[in-house]
Amino acid sequence: MTAREAAAGPVVTGIGVCAPTGIGTEAHWQAVLAGKSGIRRIDRFDPTPYPVRYAGQVPGFSAKEHLPARLIPQTDHWTHLGLAAAASALADAGVDPAELPEYEMAVVTAGSSGGTEFGQHEMTRLYRNGPSWVGAYQSIAWFYAATTGQISIRHGMRGPCGVLCCEQAGGLDVLGQARRLVRLGARLVVSGGTDASLCPYGLAAQLTAGGLSTVDDPARAYLPFDAAASGHLPGEGGALLIVESAAAARDRGAGEGYGTVAGYAAGFDPPPGSPRPPALRRTIERALADAGLQPADVDVVFADAAGLPARDLAEARALAAVFGPRAVPVTAPKTLTGRLYGGGAALDVATALLALRDGVIPHTAGPERPAPGCEIDLVTARPRDADLRTALVVARGHGGFNAALVLRRPRWHRAPAGSVHQHRAPSGTRGGSG
Amino acid sequence: MSRTAAITGIGVVAPGGLGREAFWELLTEGRTATRRITLFDPAAFRSRIAAEVDFDPRAAGLTAPQIRRMDRAAQFAVVAAREAVADSGLDLAGADPERLAVSIGSAVGCTTGLEQEYAVLADEGRRWLVDHTLGVPHLYGYMVPSTLAVEVAREVAAEGPVALVSTGCTSGLDAVGHGAALIEEGSADIVIAGATEAPLSPITSACFDAIRATSPNNDDAEHASRPFDARRDGFVLGEGAAVLVLEETAAARRRGAPGYAHIVGFAGRSNAFHMTGLKPDGREMAEAVRVALDRARLGPDDVDYVNAHGSGTKQNDRHETAAFKRALGRRAHEIPVSSIKSMIGHSLGAIGSLETAACALALERQVVPPTANLRHADPECDLDYVPRTAREHAMDVVLTVGSGFGGFQTAMLLARPGARGGRG
Repeated sequence: MTAREAAAGPVVTGIGVCAPTGIGTEAHWQAVLAGKSGIRRIDRFDPTPYPVRYAGQVPGFSAKEHLPARLIPQTDHWTHLGLAAAASALADAGVDPAELPEYEMAVVTAGSSGGTEFGQHEMTRLYRNGPSWVGAYQSIAWFYAATTGQISIRHGMRGPCGVLCCEQAGGLDVLGQARRLVRLGARLVVSGGTDASLCPYGLAAQLTAGGLSTVDDPARAYLPFDAAASGHLPGEGGALLIVESAAAARDRGAGEGYGTVAGYAAGFDPPPGSPRPPALRRTIERALADAGLQPADVDVVFADAAGLPARDLAEARALAAVFGPRAVPVTAPKTLTGRLYGGGAALDVATALLALRDGVIPHTAGPERPAPGCEIDLVTARPRDADLRTALVVARGHGGFNAALVLRRPRWHRAPAGSVHQHRAPSGTRGGSG
Repeated sequence: MSRTAAITGIGVVAPGGLGREAFWELLTEGRTATRRITLFDPAAFRSRIAAEVDFDPRAAGLTAPQIRRMDRAAQFAVVAAREAVADSGLDLAGADPERLAVSIGSAVGCTTGLEQEYAVLADEGRRWLVDHTLGVPHLYGYMVPSTLAVEVAREVAAEGPVALVSTGCTSGLDAVGHGAALIEEGSADIVIAGATEAPLSPITSACFDAIRATSPNNDDAEHASRPFDARRDGFVLGEGAAVLVLEETAAARRRGAPGYAHIVGFAGRSNAFHMTGLKPDGREMAEAVRVALDRARLGPDDVDYVNAHGSGTKQNDRHETAAFKRALGRRAHEIPVSSIKSMIGHSLGAIGSLETAACALALERQVVPPTANLRHADPECDLDYVPRTAREHAMDVVLTVGSGFGGFQTAMLLARPGARGGRG
């Protein structure tokens, strides 16, 4: 590759979505633009005993339609979603892995909680029946590397595979890692993440983190940056992306794909009680510097949007400090899916790339009354047309993780001829009540 | 000039004795720390043995709130990190926190804590709809393995990139490799890198029983971990942590800390074959070794010692022996190759960092740790595995490898500071 290409970063040539907003990239994108929520009453188990009963669930997902039959009992639901999204991303990129050098393809996924549902089943067997009832697949289904390993095996990818666990920030960190691997010689990296901890034990664990909203109305439970913010709802699914070296993509005629990974940075918050400021602001600034861009170059920000007043305020302040108060449109379509942990930031990146493609900022369905002190231009109520060249995606993970990723649309981008407008939500209606 | 990472501090929590020096003493004496499991009643399991750490968190310096909040794996990591920082002589309070990063590996995260809490919330399996009101405040911290990196980051007040690397049994090597990459690319100047694992819990034993990966040699626990021995019958589970201080080599030299070793080459490859199975030819591990050598600008003849994955399963030891021959050719037969898992068991995600620590100490002290319990030659494993007794040996460059579930194969090269040639 040329020095300029190496400096510009790798490109994203394929997107595979398996999310509460839909299976498949276009289904997801249309739902996002229409403000159609994927949040509904939990149906993988009876949520009645729990203070949180709604979650983002992938609608109509059948593992049988996406996976070889023998793989289904060997893997957790989280891996099913990951395998489905990976295959879809490869198809979208128009790549046949069998035709590429095996050692130049890698898989790096974000893990957050592993095969929780599978693990709960096996622990139930262990405690009810005894050790010999634990199945042979527990050893390969529960651990955090299961999805990466299975994707690598299914597609014959023998390069440097990996898993990073940085809770919700991990979806950006793996794209940073994909860029690192491309710089070291990888041609193609399957990257991103999925999550699925919607089992009783997974929900019980999430309830202890203090971030879940117990508001029993799916349209009012997750309202980031709103005066009524009360936390978030959980969700399952996510997105996997095909990250390619710019030269490899160009040589096979894929151009710059959906866009370029132009900048990335990660930072960690100071320990609790430290007088030092949180890391988000400087993480964003470093990602912009890494991309060689100024704040004014950013056309839209996909926010982390924790949905908790203090966390929202901290994020709004960081954005206002970098860009100026209300100086850049900010959005958080994740109100339609809930927070997806290992899958969340990767899905935000997918959505941001689609926004760059179509020149439209998807709105944040739900929030109506800005929380005091949140000096951001939150795009609400309906999508907003805009000439988008550069998007910033921000993510924070439980415990202090911060990450920021800068995406640039292809240089030879042509705005779509009006096709996006048919997706627009009728004016005056409010999304979010799926 | 390109940046490299130097290992300037080592902290160890391992079976057989806490701390770096106790670890080295065990290894060089060829003692084994494998025994009947005491952390839970193993009577109902096929494999009832493990290498356990005798660990009193209070005596190790943790506070009562830390002990309650942290899973055993986090406790190991924090204690090892403290020792590593003290050993490095760095004054972290004077370091720029934004240039201080953390990279911690773990294969199974906080499994022990997760299982103990499950047993309560599910009333030992009687409730599928677990009672969430019994959830301890740190239960979510157990569910997400990233907590292990969070605890280390808070301990050292790191504000640079922080990550938990989880690639099964190569996690420990991959976490150190990731840390070195952060220094090489300029994202950090100091990285607290290592790995931790505390998997000794009924669910772990049950899942390895189910695939017959662990040794059933319960009547001879002391000699049950037998890498490369013809009578080997599976690995023996272990636990522990090793944490290293990585510094940019030139900066370390400027402060008068040459370090134990420099990380001069690192590469990972995957077999894309099977989640647990290995083809006997060792092809992908050999490729990882070849690429690591290439990145280090070294050749097979530069390698003076190989710290093997050597888990003691039939297939691993054969696979790995083939990989060394494939990658190093004639040289594979000329140099010592040993497995410290023979003494401290296989601590899954932690072992790669423990092995890196052992390699760094081996380079500094010019002694190769042995492969304990190796008495019966296996015709398929025909290299010099340093049976039973440590050996003085002149070393400039050592290779350490890992192989794990998921098909991951990792190779790392360490060089003695001041060694000639290559990137060191």
